Amino acid sequence: MSVVDKDALAPATPAPSPAPAAAISPARRLLLDSRWRWWELLFWVACAASFWVFPKKLMLISEIFILGLLALSIDLVLGFAGLVTLGQGAFFGIGAYAAGLMAKAGMGVAPLSDPLLGLAVAGLAAGAVGFATSFLVLRGSDLTRLMVTLGVALIFEEMVIKFKDITGGSDGLQGVMSSPVLGVWSFDLFGRTAFWYSLILTFLIFLFCRRLVNSNYGLSLLAIKGNPLRARTIGMPVNARLVSIYTIAAAIAGISGGMLTQTTQFVSPDMAAFHRSADALLILIFGGSGFLYGGLVGAVAFRVMQDFLGNITPQYWLFYVGLVLVLLVLFVRGGIIGMLMAASEKLTSRRNDQTGGRP
Amino acid sequence: MSASASPVLETKSLVKAFGGIIATDNVTFSLPPGARHALIGPNGAGKTTFVNLLSGVLPATSGQVILNGQDVTNWTVRDRSRAGLARTFQINQLYPDLSPIKSVLIAINERENAAQSWFRKLGARSDLVDEAAELLKRLNLGGVMHDRVGSMPYGLQRLLEIAIALASKPKVLLLDEPAAGVPEGERDQILDVVAALPESVSLILIEHDMDLVFRFAKTISVLVNGALFVEGTRDEIARDPRVRKVYLGEEEIAHG
Amino acid sequence: MLTILFDGVAYGMLLFILAVGLCVTLGLMNFVNLAHGAFAMAGGYLTVVMMNRMGISFWWCLPAAFLFSAALGAILERTLYRRLYDKTHLDQVLFSIGLIFMSMAAVDYAMGASQQIVNLPSYLSGRVEIFGAQVGVYRLFVIAVCGVLAVGLQFIIARTRFGSQLRASVDDGRVARGLGIDVTRIFSLTFAVGSGLAGLGGALGASILSMDPFFPLKYMIYFLIVIAVGGATTITGPFFASLLLGIADVGGKYFVPAIGGFIIYTIMVAVLIFRPEGLFTRRTRR
Repeated sequence: MSVVDKDALAPATPAPSPAPAAAISPARRLLLDSRWRWWELLFWVACAASFWVFPKKLMLISEIFILGLLALSIDLVLGFAGLVTLGQGAFFGIGAYAAGLMAKAGMGVAPLSDPLLGLAVAGLAAGAVGFATSFLVLRGSDLTRLMVTLGVALIFEEMVIKFKDITGGSDGLQGVMSSPVLGVWSFDLFGRTAFWYSLILTFLIFLFCRRLVNSNYGLSLLAIKGNPLRARTIGMPVNARLVSIYTIAAAIAGISGGMLTQTTQFVSPDMAAFHRSADALLILIFGGSGFLYGGLVGAVAFRVMQDFLGNITPQYWLFYVGLVLVLLVLFVRGGIIGMLMAASEKLTSRRNDQTGGRP
Repeated sequence: MSASASPVLETKSLVKAFGGIIATDNVTFSLPPGARHALIGPNGAGKTTFVNLLSGVLPATSGQVILNGQDVTNWTVRDRSRAGLARTFQINQLYPDLSPIKSVLIAINERENAAQSWFRKLGARSDLVDEAAELLKRLNLGGVMHDRVGSMPYGLQRLLEIAIALASKPKVLLLDEPAAGVPEGERDQILDVVAALPESVSLILIEHDMDLVFRFAKTISVLVNGALFVEGTRDEIARDPRVRKVYLGEEEIAHG
Repeated sequence: MLTILFDGVAYGMLLFILAVGLCVTLGLMNFVNLAHGAFAMAGGYLTVVMMNRMGISFWWCLPAAFLFSAALGAILERTLYRRLYDKTHLDQVLFSIGLIFMSMAAVDYAMGASQQIVNLPSYLSGRVEIFGAQVGVYRLFVIAVCGVLAVGLQFIIARTRFGSQLRASVDDGRVARGLGIDVTRIFSLTFAVGSGLAGLGGALGASILSMDPFFPLKYMIYFLIVIAVGGATTITGPFFASLLLGIADVGGKYFVPAIGGFIIYTIMVAVLIFRPEGLFTRRTRR
């Protein structure tokens, strides 16, 4: 089932340092599994610091956060509940259009154009559609799920083009102005507000997800991913759990779509296109699924690579994406984070060997 | 087999057909509380199919399954589990990437309706974790409770199958060849665990190993070609010449 | 009206030739090769190069396209695909999407992004009247060629020793192996032939389907619909599914252009939900 052969003992963290087993109670040990690690803090500090390090790339960086958030929403269903999906882009698109329509309806003035209200509506709209379509992915094999989610995404893509009156057809929605965030900070040309807006919201949603996967609920998702038959036989309402996590992930994808609308101030049908789903899945696989950080790390790597390779040969960027995908599937399990963790494990085991060798 | 107390688990004319093949042929059966019952039969007699019908993994073609007086024939696996029916699988059905303590905790969480809680951290309900740890210790799994299940020795994985089933505090426990594939030296450990189960759990054991069956079971049913061939106490079955012929005879030949 | 029917049938037959290899390999190895369209594109572009740049006759292009794509399929199967048989469907999907991307960029690099035009021999262009309807000669030609191929394939599968081994392997690979059938070899052969047929389909369709670098991605969804509706256990299922899809697609675009694509995706999702094994499959045991 799983893409990633990882140590699921610690979904969001590397293997805990060996502690004397008798010294701490089992409950304490489980609690310790979800404590904050130094590298997590480092990661978020680095994200914030990029504001001063790359002052000219703020728009790009906020887009990375947003893409990372979309990939994180896929991680919830794929990396933790084991549900494959190619349709997350549809929820992203629904959120993007919902936020865009809200902002337009308010003509850039609060309360209707308030960005946080817009995100709430985006999340609710995407969550509602996610809930309604979640029942389609309960049955069948991985392959059926991939096809059903792909089909739903394509249907949505068609609808965007067809309902021109609402969506603006292939022109999209132009001039989507939100009122200032919390009535104070308006979105500026340099992307300063956009940067903090997307960073802080991404971080808050990340905290929510981190809590979610480290709870008893999150454990039950891992059980479904690990063995759905066993999960049913011990009395777990597997379908209800899957519906709930699929809905939550759809809402998060919707919020990320809404954020992209608000920070870029327009909506294009491209935001709802199928390739969004593929890109986001790809980003997650790049980063490594099942670690919670895979989406964000993957988004950074993806965009940096795009910037670098895209500048050399913009036309053939797709070739490298394909190549990386093929190589990842063939040789690297667990993406970037998987590689880092394997390397750090090797380091610690070597260190242990050395200390263990002494009398 | 008539029982004085009302049965905890019954089947009435239970049939399962796969296309033209009848895998379970009109089985009427009842299990009294506290039973130590073994279900035996030659290979392909339909033992595992019968367990799958009881636990709801497969839908019955016709007939009824009754659990604690309630008709559960159309109930899902999950609902039967919540009504007190637990099972193990002949082929391990575990969570290979999780640890034993988490595997057991998952079942306890479901029993206690604690798995909906998404805000409290794993381990915050220390009472549930302690229960899981106690259960694992009782089954000699205390030392490996934080290991990765997929990397544990096979014998320990078989024990964990039983631990997970017990975690939901079942009234009826179906053990589908608990010692299948376990090396000779480790079988006793599994048998000890099974023997130590409290009276409050009614047991059905499916086994191939006659030693195990005769040490454990008080009553025995023999299944042949999907139908109940004969039922009785351990001694009756041991003496029955027909059983020797269809089953024990075959075993003797098979084992030389 | 009849013209549309003919167009739809021709289109459907073409889809069948394009997709049949994918269906069989999926049924055989439970392997999802979304990059199947890339082999069709290879055949199509080979035809373009041979005809337009080298001036070779159309008749030589068809077998050449078959052989080229079959060889390509055989090589990739040996070197890459083989490593993925025991991986998850998601890995297979990601891998084949990677291949699609690479093939798209490669074609873009070699031939440019614009659509390629194939100039058919004059005796294949033009129209004839059948039952009072104007029908393209080339459409009839496509129907004839694909029809012969479909009958031939059905014959091979139903009547030959290879066919019976293939059917046994699709039914239950483990049992077939137990009976001494070399499933891996059958798979390699089927994969190559399937890729070759896709290449032939690409060559035949080069003037009907638009031949551009986006081809594999664009037709991927059509192949998936054929599988969803037709199932992957027979070739008659995919055949009728392709016909239906071809007629529905051509008809839909003609009569209700506003919602054309919409209907097809909806049908796919509906079929997947109510009959996850496909509409035209026999209900199997279990």
